[in-house]
Amino acid sequence: MSLLDLPFRPYAPGSQPDNDTPAYRSTRLRHPLRPLLRIPQTVTERTGPVFAPARFPAISNLAVNNGKEALGERIIVAGHVRDEDGRKLPGTMLEIWQANAAGRYNHARDQHDAPLDPDFSGAGRVFTDAEGGYRFVTVKPGAYPWGNHPNAWRPNHIHFSLFGPGYATRLITQMYFPGDPLLALDPIFLATAEAEARNRLVAVFDLAITEPNVALGYRFDIVLRGRQATPMED
Amino acid sequence: MPPATASQTIGPYWHLLEDAAWADLTRFGAAGEIITLSGRVIDGEGQMLTDACVEIWQAEPAAGETFGGFGRAATDDDGCFRFTTIKPGPLPGPGNSRQAPHIALTILARGLLFHLATRVYFSGEPGNEEDPVLRMIPPERRQTLLARPAGAGRWHIDIFLQGAHETVFLAI
Repeated sequence: MSLLDLPFRPYAPGSQPDNDTPAYRSTRLRHPLRPLLRIPQTVTERTGPVFAPARFPAISNLAVNNGKEALGERIIVAGHVRDEDGRKLPGTMLEIWQANAAGRYNHARDQHDAPLDPDFSGAGRVFTDAEGGYRFVTVKPGAYPWGNHPNAWRPNHIHFSLFGPGYATRLITQMYFPGDPLLALDPIFLATAEAEARNRLVAVFDLAITEPNVALGYRFDIVLRGRQATPMED
Repeated sequence: MPPATASQTIGPYWHLLEDAAWADLTRFGAAGEIITLSGRVIDGEGQMLTDACVEIWQAEPAAGETFGGFGRAATDDDGCFRFTTIKPGPLPGPGNSRQAPHIALTILARGLLFHLATRVYFSGEPGNEEDPVLRMIPPERRQTLLARPAGAGRWHIDIFLQGAHETVFLAI
């Protein structure tokens, strides 16, 4: 019996946001009205894509583009990717994207009246090392307005995309910053019922990651689904 | 360890990640029956999603040097996505069952706090009748997972997020 034979555990109640979240207006016409159908995890769900750095090169410094420094407060983000059983997950690809320091995405549809930075693309890709650790350098993203409700502003955040060991461990999330007053007003952040679960989306300032005379460091640890202790009878 | 990290929406600006080449799963030289899989993603009022990210994964043929099994495509201004891939064969299922050829498909978009998973099967495939997942679905909704032929080597499926034609989405 290898690890691959063990199915992934169901998500813990309250740990994930509900797609039916009226306070986040865009959910209204996009969430299914019928319940999801739970299916047994087959080879399709237990396995998943593997991304080799040789084919998908890492971009671990978003703060420098073509040799030029992006504007804004340089920061270091680092952490570990583990599963719910504490297993480290080496070789995991993390994709990251974010607004620039002024709160503007390098994206044609972002019409926020804030300056673009020609030296900041806002996209990166890193892989976890043998210990499941990752690290990248960027600039702190700015807050920006959005049309969800009157005077709505998204808190500062960095988007993360991870695959993990199986198709069933896919994770798209956002990392927030400690002390941000907008968190208490943000329907996307607040959509996760359990306060403990959503507060783990907030990075922790970490002097051990901070580099003297270079940049402040933030720790953001990520947990992917663990395995069932024993295989379920299908 | 705490439970898995909470999901958040991919948002409207995920295209910063996009590499259009990822929509072609044969780009590393895969051999086999090459097909295109196109589709649209449609909301509860019949509007096309023009900002969605669609990902596919198939465990057959097995991933290797020339075939990664994974693809990603954006829906365009008409709400359409299009992949080029190798038509999958059957796979073992739970117990002694046999799964019909299928492709796992995920919708990620603004307005979705947790991505939606479904499967694409091929209309008319003999193994569909015996497929253990399709058999769990009431017959009148099974066609929401069936791509229809749209010319030689072309398959098409529309994904309805809500409403009378709502696609069957899966908890996996």
